[in-house]
Amino acid sequence: MTVLATPATTRPTADPATDRATAPRRSLSRPLLYGALVLCALLTLLPFVWVVGGSLRSLAEIRSDPGAWVPHHVTLDNFTRLFRTAGFGRFLVNSVVVAALVVAGNIVAASAAGYALAKLDFAGRRVAFGAVMAAMMVPFSTVFVTQFVLTVDMGLADTLTGIALPGVALPLSVFIMRQYAMSIPDELLEAARIDGAGEFRIFFRIFLPLAGPAVATITIMSFLSSWNNFIWPLIVAQSMDTYTLPVGLAATSQAAAHVTDYGLLLAGAIVVMLPVLVLFLFLQRYFVQGISGSGMR
Amino acid sequence: MTTTVDPGAPHRMRRLRSSRSSRGARSARGTRRTAVAWVFLAPFAVVFLLYTAIPTVAALGFSLTDLRGADLRHPFAVDFTGLENYLRLFQDQSFLRDILNTGLFVVVGVPLTMGLGFALAVALNSGIRRLRGVFRTVFFAPVVTNVVAVALIWQYAFNSDGTVNKVLGAVGLAGPNWLDDPNLAMPVVILLGVWRNFGTAMVLFLAGLQAIPEDMYEAAALDGAGRWRQLRHITLPLLLPTTLMVSVLLTVFYLQVFDEPYLLTDGGPLGSTESMALYTYHQFGSGEFGVSSAASFVMLLLVALVSAVQFRLLRSRS
Repeated sequence: MTVLATPATTRPTADPATDRATAPRRSLSRPLLYGALVLCALLTLLPFVWVVGGSLRSLAEIRSDPGAWVPHHVTLDNFTRLFRTAGFGRFLVNSVVVAALVVAGNIVAASAAGYALAKLDFAGRRVAFGAVMAAMMVPFSTVFVTQFVLTVDMGLADTLTGIALPGVALPLSVFIMRQYAMSIPDELLEAARIDGAGEFRIFFRIFLPLAGPAVATITIMSFLSSWNNFIWPLIVAQSMDTYTLPVGLAATSQAAAHVTDYGLLLAGAIVVMLPVLVLFLFLQRYFVQGISGSGMR
Repeated sequence: MTTTVDPGAPHRMRRLRSSRSSRGARSARGTRRTAVAWVFLAPFAVVFLLYTAIPTVAALGFSLTDLRGADLRHPFAVDFTGLENYLRLFQDQSFLRDILNTGLFVVVGVPLTMGLGFALAVALNSGIRRLRGVFRTVFFAPVVTNVVAVALIWQYAFNSDGTVNKVLGAVGLAGPNWLDDPNLAMPVVILLGVWRNFGTAMVLFLAGLQAIPEDMYEAAALDGAGRWRQLRHITLPLLLPTTLMVSVLLTVFYLQVFDEPYLLTDGGPLGSTESMALYTYHQFGSGEFGVSSAASFVMLLLVALVSAVQFRLLRSRS
């Protein structure tokens, strides 16, 4: 991975030639490099610090000193108001329901489609794969009007199903599963075919148990896309009963336009961000795989 | 793509010994295999048709009519107006301004996002061993955070009496009214875009850097090439495909930028931050479905153009 194979604390003793060429530079540049990285990291984290500080301040305190972000005395009042009066409990449940539908749909649809595209030889395979690639490129702005008309016609306007449906079979999920399935040796499936196992049995008994990592990546990616999706639920949801968290948060912020209740809003921001950040800390590998998978074409 | 082994082959070998003609057996197997495969593809195919294929074709259709929100009950009773919506678009000052705004997002946002991502990737890849995981986590965290939440934090920070101006006041500078100033709102909106996306660029560059063989650097070092020369003559040329991919990905992303300007300023003040995607949304909101679809098709063509350029460049490389 790196030029150095030794801990940075001791003087590097890699290849003597390498050492001679770069050691003087390195001894100077190393603290600089760390310094720059730490500075960038702090700047990146600033918004997170602001949100935590702001959410723990009382309304009165924010009014008297709006710009500060270190609370004089910590209060959880904003969080209680969020769930008692601002309806965030309902938004949270809605977000969870929509995400569950989206994740379940993606696991089923993408596992099956990705397997077929990678491991089955059939008429129309190239067309089907082309469709997956094309679907990744179509801007949301192009389809949202028709998707909305369709949702209204199907009687799904202002329903959680209507919010979830367009996302239940993401082309990215299919792509990730196909890439993974390509890496599974054909011999494994071939052996089962010779034994006379049917295609569905091979899929469930042999392929799926091996596809765990891809299923995990798809789960994470589809959860992330559903949880953070904003425009589509904003268009479909027409009443507070169907708001997901991001829509509820945006609506709350617009409703409070005159008296900006930042404490409440920042507490809401934490509730929206926290589940994903916690997942991210524990399952970082899958997030990174999923995001870089989206760029590997 | 790769050529795969024909999964039917072993069966055919056994089939040949059966009484049926081999050709008949082959096509029978072929159709059955195809049918089975399409059963696997069915869930994706249905959603794709309903929510991507049909809407794209319908959007093209809508863009050639005077469809309005009020006509939704009987969408086929609308008038065909040909290219009128497109003509209207290109005479609409605000749409032309939004094309320029979107161009600004691309021209400023893409290089900033890429530059920051690249610099951090190189820094993390050049012998930083301690804290590398921590740094990567920190820089990637903005990518997974919810944009609505972050936009609120941005508003809190860039308010006229917000945190940023408080800091400026502490060093004796009068902080401006960031989001209400047509000249200052755009930089703040772009900053939010960069903050959210540089982590993606960094991760992609890191993957590209780790694919460069170690011994190339060692050979260069033996020849007495220092850090900068190694960067210029090894890293940059070998990272060209990655750089190309990241730039296209980000260009397509910024061409479609919606969330940041919508949440921070709703395209204001005076339309100075309205993107093309936001234009389609505002037209949709005022019931002009035909105009909205036409604008969205202009966007689709732009995205297709950028993607086509990418394919061309990748082809010419391989």
